[in-house]
Amino acid sequence: MRAGATRAAAIAGALALWAAFTAVNARVGLVNPVLLPTPVEVGRVALDLGASGELARHFLTSLGRVAQGFGLAAVAALGLGVLVGLCVPLRLMTEPVIEFVRPIPPLAFLPMFLVWFGLGEASKVAFIGYTTFFPMFVAIAASVLRIDVVLLRAAASLGATRTDLVRRVMLPAALPGIVVALRVGVGLALFVIVGAVFMGADAGLGHLIMEGRTFFNPAQIVMGALLLGLLGSLINTLLLAAERRLLGGRAAA
Amino acid sequence: MTPAAGPKIQIRSVAKTFASGRAPALADVDLDVAERELVCILGPSGCGKSTLLNIVAGFLAPTSGTVLVDGHAVTGPAPERGVVFQEYALFPWLTVTGNVEFGPRLQARPAAERRRTVDRYLDLVGLRAHADKFPAQLSGGMKQRVAIARALANNPAVILMDEPFGALDAQTRETLQDELSKIQRVEHKTILFITHSIREAVYLADRVVVMTSAPGRIKQVFPIKLPEVRDRFAPEFTQSEADITRVVKEEVAKVRE
Repeated sequence: MRAGATRAAAIAGALALWAAFTAVNARVGLVNPVLLPTPVEVGRVALDLGASGELARHFLTSLGRVAQGFGLAAVAALGLGVLVGLCVPLRLMTEPVIEFVRPIPPLAFLPMFLVWFGLGEASKVAFIGYTTFFPMFVAIAASVLRIDVVLLRAAASLGATRTDLVRRVMLPAALPGIVVALRVGVGLALFVIVGAVFMGADAGLGHLIMEGRTFFNPAQIVMGALLLGLLGSLINTLLLAAERRLLGGRAAA
Repeated sequence: MTPAAGPKIQIRSVAKTFASGRAPALADVDLDVAERELVCILGPSGCGKSTLLNIVAGFLAPTSGTVLVDGHAVTGPAPERGVVFQEYALFPWLTVTGNVEFGPRLQARPAAERRRTVDRYLDLVGLRAHADKFPAQLSGGMKQRVAIARALANNPAVILMDEPFGALDAQTRETLQDELSKIQRVEHKTILFITHSIREAVYLADRVVVMTSAPGRIKQVFPIKLPEVRDRFAPEFTQSEADITRVVKEEVAKVRE
C-alpha cells in the first residue's frame, strides 16, 4: 500500500513539474508556448476524444495489434525456442540462418509486409509478430540451453522419463528466462507499434500521433505518446503479476 | 532379495577414454560392493573417481567393461540408483517437500503415502520445520540434507554420493558425516561414496578404496575394522588414517612429478 502511495506521488510530482515548467515557459518564452502543450491542454484533447469514443477506439486498436502480434510471436518463439534448445541437430541447422536474419532491423522489411499482407490489420499484426519473434526465440532457446545438466541428471536418477524431463525439469528451469524473454518482446511490440502508421493505418495510437502532426495539434501528439506509455505500463504490470504467480517462492528467495 | 544373491554392485573391468588418442581416465577397474556396505573411493583429484561414479549412475557409458546392479547391467540412469551430488542439484522451483517427493510423484504414489514418506525422511535429516522453504532459503548443509532425503525417499537399491560434503565448511562437513553415519545405522543402504578426504572415508566407510592417479585404477583396498559409532580421536582411527594417507601420498606425488 505504501509502495502504491509512493507511485501515485511520483506520478503527481512529474505532472506538477510539467505544469510548472509550461507555466514558466508561457511567461518567459523559452520555447514557443504553442509547441509545448500544458497538462491541461493535453487533458482537454483527451476528454474531447474520449467523449466521442474515438480515444477508446484508437487505444483498443493498438492494444489489439500488440496482443495479436505479440501473442502469435510468443507462442511460436516458445515452441520453436524449446525445440531448438532441446535438439542439437535442429539448432545447428537453424543457427546460421537466424544469426543472419536476426540483425536486420525489422523496419527494413516493413514495406514487404505491406506487399505481403496488404493494408489491413494483418500486415500490422504480422509486422509486430516478426519484430518480436527473433529476440524472444533466441532468449528462450538460450534459457533452455543454459539448464544445468546436473538437474537433468538428478531427475533422471529419480526415475524421470524423457517427457518428465521436459515437463518437470526443463520448462520450470527455463521459466525465469522465458518470462524475461516475453517482457522484452512486449517492450519491442510497443516500440514498433507506431510503425503501423506507415502501413496505412486509419486507427491506433500511432495514427492519432500522426494526425496530431498533420493538423498541427501538439497536445494530441503528446497525449498519444502518453497513452502508449500507459499501454506499456499496463501490459508490464500484467506480466509482472503473471511472473509472480508462475515463479512463486523462487522469486521471493 | 535373497541373501545369497551376491554383491549388490559389480564393477567389471571398467575403462573409460573420453576422446580417442587421449590418455584413458579409467583403466580396468574391478570392484564389488556388498549389500548394506558403504564403500568410499579415495584418490587424488583427476584420478577418475567421479567418472567411475558417473558410469555406475548411468550418466556416462564405459568405453569397455560393465557395471551390474542386482545382477542387471547398467545402461542409463534409473531410480534404483539414487545419486547425491556435490552441488546438491535441488530443483530451485520446488519447496523442500516438493524436492523430496519428486521421485514418489514420478511413480504416481498416492498423496497420503507421499506425505508419510516426506515426513519420515525430513524427520530423519532434521528438516521437518523447513518443509515449505525453497532451496534458496537454505544453507549449504541444509540443502545437502534435503538432497539426501530426496535420494532416500525414492527407496533406491543403492545410493551413489559424489563428494557430497565437498562444498561445505569443515564444521558442517563433520556434522553431516555424523548424520550420514546415523542414517546408515537406521537405513542400512548400499552406498558408494566418492571423497578426497581420508578422514571422511575412515569415519564413514566399511571399506576404503584408494585409486591411482590417471589413468584411475584401484591401488589398494582397506577394510575399516572400527566400531559402528566411530571416534575421530581414537588411536585406531588415527592409525587407519595414517595407513591410508601413506598410500594416497604416493599417488599425489606422482601427479606432481
